Amino acid sequence: MRTLLTALLLALAGTAAAAERLHFLIPGGAGGGWDRTARGVGQALTESGLVAQIRYENMSGGGGGRAIAHLIEVDNPHMWMVNSTPIVVRSLQSVFPQSFRDLTPIASIIGDYSVLAVQRDSDIRNLADFAARQRAAPRRMIIAGGSVPGGTDHIVAALLVKGVGNDPTTTKYIPYDAGGKAMAGLLSGEVQLLSSGFGEVVDMYEQGWVRLLCAASPERLARAPDVPTCNEAGAEDVVFVNWRGFFAPSGVDADLAAGYQTLLQEMRATPVWQAIRARNGWVDLYQPGEDFTRLLERQEQQIGTLMRELGLL
Amino acid sequence: MWEGITMGLTTVFTLQNAAFLMLGCLAGTFIGMLPGLGPMTAIALMIPVASTLEPGAGIIMMAAVYYGAIFGGSTSSILINAPGVASTVATSFDGFPMARAGFPGKALAIAATASFWGGILGALLLLIAAPYLARISLSFQSTDYFALMVLGLVTVSAFAGRDGMLKALAMVVLGLMLSTVGVDPTQGIPRFTLGQLDLVDGISFLLLVMATFALSEALLGIMRFSREQGLADGRALGALRLSRREIGDIAPAATRSSALGFLVGLLPGAGATIASLLAWGAEERLAGKAKPAFGEGAPRGIAAPEAANNAAATGSFVPLLTLGIPGSGTTAILLGALIAYGIQPGPLLYINEPEIFWSVIVSMWIGNVILLVLNLPLIPYIARLLAVPRQFLLPLILFFSLIGVYFVSFNTFDIQLMVIFAAAAVGLRLLDFPMAPMILGFILGGLMEENLSRAMLIYDQSWSFLWQRPLTLAIMITAMVILAGPFLRERFARRSPD
Repeated sequence: MRTLLTALLLALAGTAAAAERLHFLIPGGAGGGWDRTARGVGQALTESGLVAQIRYENMSGGGGGRAIAHLIEVDNPHMWMVNSTPIVVRSLQSVFPQSFRDLTPIASIIGDYSVLAVQRDSDIRNLADFAARQRAAPRRMIIAGGSVPGGTDHIVAALLVKGVGNDPTTTKYIPYDAGGKAMAGLLSGEVQLLSSGFGEVVDMYEQGWVRLLCAASPERLARAPDVPTCNEAGAEDVVFVNWRGFFAPSGVDADLAAGYQTLLQEMRATPVWQAIRARNGWVDLYQPGEDFTRLLERQEQQIGTLMRELGLL
Repeated sequence: MWEGITMGLTTVFTLQNAAFLMLGCLAGTFIGMLPGLGPMTAIALMIPVASTLEPGAGIIMMAAVYYGAIFGGSTSSILINAPGVASTVATSFDGFPMARAGFPGKALAIAATASFWGGILGALLLLIAAPYLARISLSFQSTDYFALMVLGLVTVSAFAGRDGMLKALAMVVLGLMLSTVGVDPTQGIPRFTLGQLDLVDGISFLLLVMATFALSEALLGIMRFSREQGLADGRALGALRLSRREIGDIAPAATRSSALGFLVGLLPGAGATIASLLAWGAEERLAGKAKPAFGEGAPRGIAAPEAANNAAATGSFVPLLTLGIPGSGTTAILLGALIAYGIQPGPLLYINEPEIFWSVIVSMWIGNVILLVLNLPLIPYIARLLAVPRQFLLPLILFFSLIGVYFVSFNTFDIQLMVIFAAAAVGLRLLDFPMAPMILGFILGGLMEENLSRAMLIYDQSWSFLWQRPLTLAIMITAMVILAGPFLRERFARRSPD
């Protein structure tokens, strides 16, 4: 009944055509944060009957630049690209020539707080341990992440090193193609720590494969109440949320964009979405249209300042 | 483990999945039977169908296409002495003579039974080995991955024999070079794109396979066109039944060859082709002077390569599922399909997606049973396809390979590139350069670069990881021994008086 009503409402709003078929472009490999977000949102949209069919396309390369170029080139108004904080970071670093200004921001949908993980039998017991070892031998404290050098996982790693009072430029960060591969790297023992979004490690954490040293959130995470925030653990001012949201090509007409925003808002209320969100440990961060653009601008300024300070720009 | 098998069984035994399993087996047999089209092309052609399915159903179907195609390949080897793929070349050594002697039905039945046996035993070994290997694979580091890929590339070249080895190595290097075209994975900078925007995304794997295998095969078919039809011109195939004595005769050979095939399949780079040739060779030596002699229609000479190539195909799923390393062109296409479904094969697959892991394994058993009970009675009908005149068949292959690539990208540039590659492949094949090593080099190139650059970062830009880590060192030494193998054997042979 609810879906019928929704469909009716959407039809009235003139977005029925938009809601029939969507194409989700995922700028990274399988199992990473972008991939999980796109497929999670897609599953909620289709299972709740808001969208009839969604096609997924994984297109990694160029730190997401390949997918951005593809989105602009194909210029299909029914194509959404999932993206996150890296789009801001990488356009600051000129990894790709475009920025969010060349696209139509639809909405941010979730936020994922960063965490620092170690293997379950690691002898690094807490953040203070990490601080001491990193100070003594920074080349032996290798931090893995699922993003390119200078990407969000690297920024968080450097922030943590700085937060515990060490020199952030000594951070030894090793990039992996996707979060899943970085996790495999951590378990193989070739790296000692993993900087990652909570959502990407939550399964392995709950199955007891990894321990979390701290979470870069303002308060403790609901699904990991025993894990201290980085502030509590002794790293000052380390709060980092990686938003995830969707973009359409530029020049999508305003009605269609508004329809997309309504679609996502409708989705947030569905039980399917709430189950998916809970399962992945995602925090709701819905910011449609203008709000989203403002968030992007603010973050661009914030990260730009930070990166110059850390010597990453 | 039992828990896993039950999980796999419940996944496979839905009506829908069973239907796709059957469809996959049939389509695979059908495509694999066509001269020149093997498992790789069969899977590539089925990707559009599979991409519309749920991941579970899609993967089960693709796996079914895979062994269906290997099964189908043996039919054309036996009936018209034109192996569909390299992995069934060994089958034609004894299969065709037996068919010419008036027992084509029996030859087909032996091939089918041995394939079945190889597939079943292979799946049993996979079932036992995979969970352990998955656990071990958790400790594999970037340096080990790099070494494993070196081993794979060396293996595929070393088995080309002493004279062919240099050519095979040259093709491996060509494949590695082609894989570097596009955006650099670590720096994000385009390289070797000749300023072409269409090359920024790199060369599509599907395009390369279709150009160098399907398209060049069809072109070569036109060049050596003949009206010879072999034995498939509607003549009766004879009885498809085997006596108990015959089964007793081939069973030991098939069992030995299955074990050998599975072990060969585990190595990235070695695969069904090498396994079948090794098994035929080993059985020939064991048979001694028994009649009929090997090469003149010996039943065991059909059973050995057929059991081995199926077991090897199953074995090659081990590195794919547990390490995420595709050991052959076929498994590379499967890997691509899995990633498109959002499934990353590797050490964590067994932990995170056990139902996918187990349903693939269980579907292999069911698939082999279906191949035997469904395909064997249908063989006389499917075999009529081989009687279709080549002037109709070849244009169809040309058409499907070009359309297949165009429908993925909708880019005419891809067609042009494909024609260039196909022309180059025809030239290289006429000069006896093998294509498989090039494909493997292309597949492993990207992964190899990724793991090497990560290893260099971890070890502070030093090559010391090659000897500091025992596992890496052991794999590298194995690779060197395999590379030196043909030369050592030759020296040894020269010393011992014969």
